[in-house]
Amino acid sequence: MAFISSGYNPEKPMENRITDIGPQHFTEFLQPVIKKNFGKWLYHEILEAGVLKHVAESGDAVYTVRCGTARLMTVTHIREICDIADEWCGGYLRFTTRNNIEFMLEDEAKALELKKFLNGQKFSGGSIKFPVGGTGAGVTNIVHTQGWVHCHTPATDASGTVKATMDAVFDQFTDMKLPAPVRISMACCLNMCGAVHCSDIAILGIHRKPPIIDHKYLDNLCEIPLAVAACPTGAVRPSKVEIDGETYKTVAIKEERCMFCGNCYTMCPSLPLADKEGDGIALMVGGKVSNRITKPAFSKVVVPFIPNNPPRWPEMTDVITRILNAYSEGANKYERLGDWAARIGWERFFEVCDLEFTEHLIDDFRDPAYYTWRQTTQFKW
Amino acid sequence: MAKHKTPLLDQLESGPWPSFVSDIKQEAESRAKNEKGLDYQIPADCPEDLLGVLELSYNDGETHWKHGGIVGVFGYGGGVIGRYCDQPEQFPGVAHFHTIRVAQPSGKFYTTKFLRDVCDLWDLRGSGLTNMHGATGDIVLLGTQTPQLEEIFFELTHNLNNDLGGSGSNLRTPAACMGMSRCEYACYDSQELCYNLTQEYQDELHRPAFPYKFKFKFDACPNGCVAAIARSDLSFLGTWRDNIRVDQEAVAAYVGGEIAPNAGAHAGRDWGKFDIVKEVVDLCPSNAISYEGGKLSINDKECVRCMHCINTMPRALRIGEDTGCSILCGAKAPILDGPQMGSLLVPFIEVNKDDDYQAIKDVIEGVWDWWMEEGKNRERVGETMKRLGFGALVRAAGVPIDARQVQEPRHNPYIFWKAEEVEGGWERSIDDFRKRHQR
Repeated sequence: MAFISSGYNPEKPMENRITDIGPQHFTEFLQPVIKKNFGKWLYHEILEAGVLKHVAESGDAVYTVRCGTARLMTVTHIREICDIADEWCGGYLRFTTRNNIEFMLEDEAKALELKKFLNGQKFSGGSIKFPVGGTGAGVTNIVHTQGWVHCHTPATDASGTVKATMDAVFDQFTDMKLPAPVRISMACCLNMCGAVHCSDIAILGIHRKPPIIDHKYLDNLCEIPLAVAACPTGAVRPSKVEIDGETYKTVAIKEERCMFCGNCYTMCPSLPLADKEGDGIALMVGGKVSNRITKPAFSKVVVPFIPNNPPRWPEMTDVITRILNAYSEGANKYERLGDWAARIGWERFFEVCDLEFTEHLIDDFRDPAYYTWRQTTQFKW
Repeated sequence: MAKHKTPLLDQLESGPWPSFVSDIKQEAESRAKNEKGLDYQIPADCPEDLLGVLELSYNDGETHWKHGGIVGVFGYGGGVIGRYCDQPEQFPGVAHFHTIRVAQPSGKFYTTKFLRDVCDLWDLRGSGLTNMHGATGDIVLLGTQTPQLEEIFFELTHNLNNDLGGSGSNLRTPAACMGMSRCEYACYDSQELCYNLTQEYQDELHRPAFPYKFKFKFDACPNGCVAAIARSDLSFLGTWRDNIRVDQEAVAAYVGGEIAPNAGAHAGRDWGKFDIVKEVVDLCPSNAISYEGGKLSINDKECVRCMHCINTMPRALRIGEDTGCSILCGAKAPILDGPQMGSLLVPFIEVNKDDDYQAIKDVIEGVWDWWMEEGKNRERVGETMKRLGFGALVRAAGVPIDARQVQEPRHNPYIFWKAEEVEGGWERSIDDFRKRHQR
């Protein structure tokens, strides 16, 4: 392997240096029909699951075929996507915020033909490369984080839990049979890079054991005051320990105060807390971000812990499927999952979803907890 | 023959959903064949080693990536995230495996030319693995080594005319919905505003000077397709002040069943005939709609612009024409103090390209100046706002106090009156007091 220079000269790093140019302007990437009708769209229809039609004031129409992807994708795969866009869409495409790909065409028949083509493309292992769907009252692609593929704080894997879940709810992706859209999101630790806290269903990796303290190295790797300040519950304090006759500056942890957020580990690599038995998944439901009918809402924890059981996490997909089925049967048209649960009452939600309500589901974290307790005698048996 | 046995991961090749395992395997195969005869700048077998280390995690139930490490390109404090494997002997191909965040075009529209250029760059100088896209919206290139960082940055800027994204305690790469490019609901040009602010604040994006991360997200209507209200420190949500435009003929076509409601979003199931009273009138959250004698009326003064009626009958109802955006502040995920939704800071602001969005920039910079002064290390602006009060934020932003900023007035009378607000001030004489009251 010979080093190939790009033209960058480390001796003169500022020579010809280009910085702070930002991304290219988005108009460089718009299909001609999209560019021509920019800001002049009249209405849209979903022709069938995964196929949208947008009509502009000019009378122009654009047909979009939306397909799901594993968001972890390789350059070989992206080139395949480009080949499709070159052949069918004049070399243009877009990604949605939920990691779907949208191919846009001006001909309806061709769009439907493309849907067929995309559904027929398979990976060597048998899965569909570009399953078409993710529109309307169904489940769309799951936004997720890195998990065990690439992150240093995860309590579970992301790509694997998402693959297992999307396999389990695949029919809801390719169809539009639910009362309203269901957004599933995944974050592999409480840092929530995936910001899953306002999702209809959130898959969240959690730790359950306090950090292990690497006493001998801690003071070399961490700023002790920062590690102390990082703890939101004041469970970490400066301390000293003696090991083999030598004294080390370190921290002590009041374990009963730890709520396993991992923030101390983020500040100090000598406080790891990941653990095979301790780590797993919490499921949250009933959040949304849209202002439609009801206000945006936070997701609520309904299953405090499910063990990591790779590669398929069957206990997790079982609960998700159960919740989706109960929602599908019980909710009114247009009613989001959280609105349905609030209407029937959360006590009823646990009953119809066949979920156990445990002490762990009663909030005890600071002030906001109070607003989740019941201050009325209006409840259901 | 595969370098590592991956029996657990192999099970993720079955099932209908696209398998990332199959994809990584095809990448491994492509790199092994190397049909283009590339002189790979990082180990060619890194996709195989990535599968190997992931399989190990599936067995161990623990990650095998080490904590951080400071790497980056000259002059930037963000855009590259250091990553090292904690089993480098077993998996040398991914021993060093840094992430690069690349600024994505607003709305994530692409030409295949651009994507192919990114692929060529990443084939040669990286692992060939990407995320399209990261949670904040960047193009994320997974896995390269330190000597490649400047080379990648050089090629990205010189050949692809594109920059890195943000990471660390700085402005994160702003993200917008597709807005006016293909959506009839767009109340303002979310992509252009996103682009403009991204360019304006390149320094804040690349050189960490904030207490913690800061996110802008742009939703062109209250439907919120990029989830701005839930996950951005300042969210820009499109809205309007005048009346919803009604086409009564199209209303009749919905009632008559000629047009499917909700743009056909419920076509997968038989929900029965469309019932405008049940499905639109009765679901209006502010009871602002009536339907009598075949005519739909909206009491726009009472409308809260939730979008439900428009979403349900997009061919009959359109957003108003006096459009702009609302600005909400302080959304974040639960770390550390629990989740926060954005709180309404500015009910309506013009989105005016002609003056370079100055009114919006004034709000942003007011909030930043205050937060940089008052915010603690690793404190999101939403937490500073909670600690110091929403009133302080409103003052910092330089916007008027408005009843719309609260759901309801306060529940307690513990008001922090200031001396200048009270007649005669706070200074009083104990001697005067004693003249009226014995000790």
